[in-house]
Amino acid sequence: MKKSKILIGAAILTIAGFFAIAADHIDAPAVAGGTSDITDIYAFEGQNTDNIVFVANVQGLITPANTASAAFDENVLVEFNIDNDGDAVADLVIQAIPRDGVMYFFGPIAPSQSGLNSTILADTAIRNEVQITTGGSAIVETNNGMSFFAGPRDDPFFMDFFRYVDIVTPGDDDGDGEEETAFLPAGTGDGFASDSFAGTNVLSIVVELPKSMVGNGDSVNIWVETKRKQ
Amino acid sequence: MKFNNIKLTAIALLVSFTAFNCSSDDDNGPTGPTGPNFTGTFAQQDQMGRPAINTVFVDMADKNMFNTTIPSNQGAAFQTKFEAKLLALNPGYTTNALTWDAATFTGALATDVLTVSLNGTTTFFDGTNVLTGRALADDVINVELTLIFGGPDALTGNPTNPGLINDNVDGNDKPFLSTFPYLASPW
Repeated sequence: MKKSKILIGAAILTIAGFFAIAADHIDAPAVAGGTSDITDIYAFEGQNTDNIVFVANVQGLITPANTASAAFDENVLVEFNIDNDGDAVADLVIQAIPRDGVMYFFGPIAPSQSGLNSTILADTAIRNEVQITTGGSAIVETNNGMSFFAGPRDDPFFMDFFRYVDIVTPGDDDGDGEEETAFLPAGTGDGFASDSFAGTNVLSIVVELPKSMVGNGDSVNIWVETKRKQ
Repeated sequence: MKFNNIKLTAIALLVSFTAFNCSSDDDNGPTGPTGPNFTGTFAQQDQMGRPAINTVFVDMADKNMFNTTIPSNQGAAFQTKFEAKLLALNPGYTTNALTWDAATFTGALATDVLTVSLNGTTTFFDGTNVLTGRALADDVINVELTLIFGGPDALTGNPTNPGLINDNVDGNDKPFLSTFPYLASPW
């Protein structure tokens, strides 16, 4: 079982050379398989319904064997962008960057500039930090109503990615003599649908904070950027 | 050996003397360790709003560019290309379950930001609420497949391409947590 999952992970990486993988795993040549590759983002109401939770996952398809050695890159800034007036321009950012086993968080704060380049607002923003978790037990820091986590987690994304590739690739891809035209039925084993991301991990950054800190309207738009030090 | 030591001492003295001279006019500000150094410029490499947008709708040649086009410019740069891609994936596309024609649907998708409600249910789609967030358990791929392939009656029992609107993987391989940090522990 364990071995087959590792083989699946290897197969995913092989196929990734030819196809971009959903959700955002290995989505583009410049970031595929690198430390700045975003795999997914999530945004949802917290257990405390006055709070909103933002999740950014990077470096997907980490096998269990490689998880202990997986690490955030100290030259990669992960930036949560928040647009609270509907123009798809960031009004606030939350910046996360690791140093020596600690993830530092700055914000939310108005960015110093919009666009593709950022500076870290270490001198002006609210600063928080959490020790980066290395095992299965999550280390969490809570401060002034905000909570922080950084470390490996099970990849929460699920999809029969292999079948999707077979469907959108012309011709017979699985060797049964017919073009694949539909997803496989639910079930277990050959010929049934399976989660291509089962048994793999990602590096997660999770921030929970009061909704009032991100906007006063009915909604906000969010997206996550990774930026590399020049 | 002894001679080498003398030479090393001389070099060390010379270096310290030179260093002292050189630094005489640039150490006048506050000094001393102040914690980690976060200076520098950070340039964008990847970005993401909604799941699978770059993966599904952007041609291989454009994928890096999509990641480095700020969201407020993405609509103008990519809507037409997204529409062509949608019609390539589903040549029979008319409208979808949201009653969006191809231009409207791809116009909404091309600006790749995730709208999140601050006063209601946060879900990608739960049968009632549409694009009000993304929760961990949301089956976002089925939602997107349904909107791409399912046609206008996909949610009322009469989908077009019924074999393409559900990948039959309906949940994660580990249960999520009800408390922070919500994601399951690693394998």
